[in-house]
Amino acid sequence: MNITGLLAWRNLWRHSRRTWLTVGAMVFCNTLLVFLIAIQLGSYRMMIDNTLSAFTGHLQVQHLGYLEEQKMRQTVPEAAALASRLAEEPHVEATAARAVTFALASSEQRSFGIQLTGVQPALETQVSSYPGLVSRGRYLQQGDDAAIVLGSILARNLKVAPGDEVTLLGSGYDGSVAAGVATVVGIIDSGLAEVDRGVAQAPLAWFQQVFALGDRAHSVVLRLDDVNRAPMLVPQIQASLPVGESLVALDWDQLQPGLREAIRSDMVSAWFMYGVLIVLVALSVLNTQLMSVLERTREFGVMLALGLRPQRLGRLVLLETIFLGLIGLLLGVALGALVVLYFDAYGFSYPGMAEAAARFNLPPRIYPQVSLLSLFLGPLTVFLGALLAAVYPALRLLRLQPVAAMRAV
Amino acid sequence: MSAIHCRDLCKTFHQGEEEITGLDHVSLDIEAGSFVALVGPSGSGKTTLLNAMGGLDRPDSGEIVLGDTRIDTLDQGELADLRLNRIGFVFQSYNLVPVLSARENVEFVMQLQGVGAQERAARAEAVLAEIGLEGLSGRRPAELSGGQQQRVAVARAIASEPQLILADEPTANLDSHSATQLMELFVHLNREHKVTFVMATHDTRVMRYARRVVSLQDGRIESDQRTPEAVE
Repeated sequence: MNITGLLAWRNLWRHSRRTWLTVGAMVFCNTLLVFLIAIQLGSYRMMIDNTLSAFTGHLQVQHLGYLEEQKMRQTVPEAAALASRLAEEPHVEATAARAVTFALASSEQRSFGIQLTGVQPALETQVSSYPGLVSRGRYLQQGDDAAIVLGSILARNLKVAPGDEVTLLGSGYDGSVAAGVATVVGIIDSGLAEVDRGVAQAPLAWFQQVFALGDRAHSVVLRLDDVNRAPMLVPQIQASLPVGESLVALDWDQLQPGLREAIRSDMVSAWFMYGVLIVLVALSVLNTQLMSVLERTREFGVMLALGLRPQRLGRLVLLETIFLGLIGLLLGVALGALVVLYFDAYGFSYPGMAEAAARFNLPPRIYPQVSLLSLFLGPLTVFLGALLAAVYPALRLLRLQPVAAMRAV
Repeated sequence: MSAIHCRDLCKTFHQGEEEITGLDHVSLDIEAGSFVALVGPSGSGKTTLLNAMGGLDRPDSGEIVLGDTRIDTLDQGELADLRLNRIGFVFQSYNLVPVLSARENVEFVMQLQGVGAQERAARAEAVLAEIGLEGLSGRRPAELSGGQQQRVAVARAIASEPQLILADEPTANLDSHSATQLMELFVHLNREHKVTFVMATHDTRVMRYARRVVSLQDGRIESDQRTPEAVE
């Protein structure tokens, strides 16, 4: 190490208690940031997984324009066959075809407008979490014909229970009046009022028959081995679609633009809190370095007298801050990594979380995201904040005059 | 040949509304290799003149020429380079860097000059040995006596091989024995290295060694005497 580096390192330990207090603040802040960011990213991953696995899937194939305006005639031809074919594509774990229409659902006592979805029962369980949310009766099964599952609030509104019949009246693909009677086989209770008020699913084959869809459906839903691959897989899936059918492959961000927005707005509020932490640490570094510079004014005056240029003095103070920041960064990341790895193995939970999560068919624990980003993003920001805080003390040195400085007490 | 030439230097300081004369039309020519003491009571202008000669402070008017370089017109960066390469300083309070060892303090200036690590270390050890500090090079200032610290400061001043060494009250904090040893060292270095020494002092022990004594009073040169009877 050259003398400047040696000087910077030793200067740091002149007041070791003060240095350790500042390093301690950095380590605490860095550890906290590593943990919070890892949990935050982990919860986003869980949020995306849960939201997408509920219904949307990671990717969908639809007719061009169907996303903007859901028209009965904007269909995917030979949907079940296409779903089977797409299931063979690399990184695709499961696929299922769906058809959707609006219909009037009537029980003996009441009628409600509903959105009815035709699903492939055996495949739907692989792309959606709704089948796992049946609280009474059962979910649709392969071979079911005129069967239907309803959301718990919808069922309550219609005053039906498993075993009761519901009459459905709507408009067919060909414009004809479509009508059918289905038996309620199960009630879905997701805990989310919006879902429980709206969900109604029937077997796709029966749906196609009642609504004169033939072999058509409105979407093919794909679940991938990794949700992050979705944007990259869009061109691959698009290329495998039949030519001339005006079909498009859309990833989850296009299907659910609100989800990323929600994550973004959560990130902004979280980073505001992190920002407060980082500013506090930067102020602590500023205090340490300013004190350190002020009490060495005489010494700096001597160095200037010996021929050291003020810019080199400034660099010396910045070098001291770099050492300070690096100690805080390395210890903070190491400690943070230990905490994160522990929770990665055992999951993070708080009292009551498991019960609340179970109601929404969610995992009872959050698992942090262990990545270079989650480990280093916070500590590197703290490091940069500390460097920024040292700029002011360093700039003060540029104005230092040797004679005046040597007179300093 | 002149080591440093000062002509008609004026410098005033302001303390509140009061104006204090630091230098009042001071002209002085110091030959290369000479051993000069600037003497006078506190406030007479010794340190002000020394600072001006060392490029640490600018005179309000007048000119200073070091060797063949006019220094009162140089900018801060050029003055820093000049101090680094051509002038050595010895201060009253030693002013060593407390976190560096004796050898590292000596090396520090050489590193600023861009001297390579091996040569730096060798020269530092040689200089420390020359001033009688062999075996103490690894000690930090706090582990050295006042006299030893001042010797390290002298080693730091001569390690950069300057033309001129300016010493401000170098013996003020030393006991009589250490002061004598230091002055003998100065005389040795002046003789062996042909370095010009200019010391500001009101220590009569120092004056005995000077071959020229310039006396200042109220910022003016009161007397300028050659002393052939100086202690050798």
